Amino acid sequence: MSDLVRKVLSLAAKDVRCELRTRYALNALLMFAVVTLVVIGLTAGQGEHSSHMHASLIWIVILFSLMQALSGGFVKEEESGTADTLRVYAEPRVVYLGKLLLGLALAWALLIVLVPLYMILMDLDVNSISQFLLCLLLGSTGIAASTTLIAAIVSRASIKGALFAVLSFPLLLPVLLSAIFATEVVLRGGEWNDMWPYVKILIAYPIIVVTVSYMLFDYVWEG
Amino acid sequence: MLLKFGLGILMSLAIIIGFLYPPPLPGQDWAEASRIFYYHVPMALVSFLAFAHSMALSVQYLRKRSAISDHRAALAAELGLVFCFMAMVTGSIFAKVAWGTFWNWDPRETSILVLLVIYGAYFALRNAVPHAERRAAFSAVYSIMAFVTVPFFGFIVPRIYESLHPENTLVSEGQINLGGYVAVVFLMSLVSFASIYSWLFNIANRAIGLEQRRLEESYVDRLA
Repeated sequence: MSDLVRKVLSLAAKDVRCELRTRYALNALLMFAVVTLVVIGLTAGQGEHSSHMHASLIWIVILFSLMQALSGGFVKEEESGTADTLRVYAEPRVVYLGKLLLGLALAWALLIVLVPLYMILMDLDVNSISQFLLCLLLGSTGIAASTTLIAAIVSRASIKGALFAVLSFPLLLPVLLSAIFATEVVLRGGEWNDMWPYVKILIAYPIIVVTVSYMLFDYVWEG
Repeated sequence: MLLKFGLGILMSLAIIIGFLYPPPLPGQDWAEASRIFYYHVPMALVSFLAFAHSMALSVQYLRKRSAISDHRAALAAELGLVFCFMAMVTGSIFAKVAWGTFWNWDPRETSILVLLVIYGAYFALRNAVPHAERRAAFSAVYSIMAFVTVPFFGFIVPRIYESLHPENTLVSEGQINLGGYVAVVFLMSLVSFASIYSWLFNIANRAIGLEQRRLEESYVDRLA
């Protein structure tokens, strides 16, 4: 077991190191988020928005930014021709878990930049910052976790970018809807009890999707 | 052959009886429109059946790796997509008559739309992978993944959208009395639609079998 953890961590460390050297996904991800945010700020920055509007806007920015970057982990391996080497050196489950960690790292990196910027540009006041961050963290974790397998599929298809968004959308919908409604409850200043049903989905859904992906990954990776 | 004519007669009877026999729903101004129940609901149920069938065939493909299961899975999904689309269109027509708009994000409308998107994506994926075995494996995996998420929609979509449109949900259909004639006609229609599905599946499945045999024979010819 500890052997598996060690291998997964070394694969993820390799990916993070490559990412920091080349900025293959990170720059595009962050710039996309900033550009989208500026567009939203310019068009809708003035005036009061309902909590529902804020929750929808911030999640749309997060979703579309992550759609630009999350397929990168696998696509890069295929494009640079290193995927076959990886197939020789690592077991499929190690590859899956390693790429999952890379996706999570990208999603969290996005939050660090995006959330403060959104709060400043859109003049957003949050009563309970810890609950707000919990929603964002759980939701973006869910998005990264449920798209890892799709990224592996897409990296070997003929069209990549558009297909990734199309295939991911149905799998992301439960996460996205629960995240938006949980965030809405927080921004409205609602009770923890109103939020809890959505938080339950945000915790349960990634666990189920990751388990199924883990079981099915062999067929995608070796196929 | 005989079965085909039997099915034709059963289907015609179900349509005629559905329009003539059961009493219209009392106390609603769309009482006569409620007859769509006999065609719309069976189509929706048959499309769920077809998608479940497609998923089962996908699992079979991943276990046995035979190309024919993959073709069958795609076929079942295709037929399911047709039934699903028809159910959505008929439901939308009913919504216009009963509630005044074709679309109002009612939970059932939302979930059927998601189903359409899932299987639309399934076919987009199939078209984007040129390599046959890879296409089969990827689409089987995607089909299984999508199927796993479906129960969540059943749980989360009503929770969110019923609270937004309490007056417009299909709950009013719960008032339809499923007794006597209604149940008989409904079951008749359901059996007819399910038989149409299996009939269509059977025809196309035979075509798949012939195509497969032709491919194998031409392969053998080339070897000889």
